[in-house]
Amino acid sequence: MTELRTDISYAPPGEAEFSDYIALLKPRVMSLVVFTALTGLLVAPGSLHPVEALAAIIFIALGAGASGALNMWWDADIDRVMARTARRPIPAGKVAPDEAMALGLALSGIAVVMLWLATNALAAGLLAFTIFFYAVVYSMWLKRATPQNIVIGGAAGAFPPMIGWGAVTGSVSLEACLMFGLIFMWTPPHFWALALFMKSDYHKARVPMLTVTHGRAATRAHILVYTLALVPVALLAAFTSIGGPVYLAAALVMNAWFVQGAWAIWRRDEAQAEADSYATEKRVFRFSLSYLFVLFAALLVEAALAHLPAYATLAAYLPVMELF
Amino acid sequence: MPITREHELHQRRSGRNIGLAVVLVGFIGLVFGLTIAKVQGGGTLEAFDHTYRPALDPDHVRFQQR
Repeated sequence: MTELRTDISYAPPGEAEFSDYIALLKPRVMSLVVFTALTGLLVAPGSLHPVEALAAIIFIALGAGASGALNMWWDADIDRVMARTARRPIPAGKVAPDEAMALGLALSGIAVVMLWLATNALAAGLLAFTIFFYAVVYSMWLKRATPQNIVIGGAAGAFPPMIGWGAVTGSVSLEACLMFGLIFMWTPPHFWALALFMKSDYHKARVPMLTVTHGRAATRAHILVYTLALVPVALLAAFTSIGGPVYLAAALVMNAWFVQGAWAIWRRDEAQAEADSYATEKRVFRFSLSYLFVLFAALLVEAALAHLPAYATLAAYLPVMELF
Repeated sequence: MPITREHELHQRRSGRNIGLAVVLVGFIGLVFGLTIAKVQGGGTLEAFDHTYRPALDPDHVRFQQR
């Protein structure tokens, strides 16, 4: 009789640790999602039970992580070529592509259903759309098709504060749209600054980044234009119910700084950039991370200060757009 | 092979198994906490099979609307 045995002593060359499955969920992106979704949730009028709020944040982050796993599954061929992504779990041979896809799909379903149960159908629907947008519209379609991939795909990263807002209010308002717009307009200059000093990677992977298709001078001009377009969106939020003097001051300083950085990038040519190893581009990329953090933190400060009567008196001098 | 014997596979995958256990326990805790929060928050609670459904009871609906 033939003995049926499974050889469980065989260890694949790079067997996945628990941390590899965590890495599939892009924890750094998740941390940004947690922060912006939490801001949307805390600045929204109304409140959730603390456990419901915790569950909402966990499942929004899980949904973002699930879309990250689906992105890594689909983009494994690109990740293998690019130095920045070659050590991700799939190209490193630690997690099988099918396993990543299954994890992404399962976690997507869990996140959406649980967010619905914890909060409401609107928040769950927005989360489902975000996952679809990032995994299908951005990863499968736009990323390899158009140099505008970052511009349109940036919407996926912009939804979390709107989902947080929707989880509390059950609706979407101008404030939620402005928080969306802030991240949406911030994404292109942030990624194009990165693309300027990572050009060879995108070129090797045949990803039609603006730097590859239109050249570096055009990319520098695009960074400046999008940074200028970001300014009114960021300032407008100061005059809505979520803004106030603290946010306005932060927005003025951070936008002046960002525009100055974008201007400096635009003024430089490749020879200058190569001479100092893209110091300005790297500085603006790092700064852009602080930009988003500071502005969302300022919104949180406004929400905390709104309970102080003295601050409410001061804020009353700022014209709020009651129209909306 | 006796099941009590620790195979090398168990050691190799212990990190993964412990991680998954922590995640599952956390998920159970979260669902339990959510249940308590929802019950504390009020709202009509009803099951759907072979049981009384308040939403279909005109007296209950009238009482809720008062």
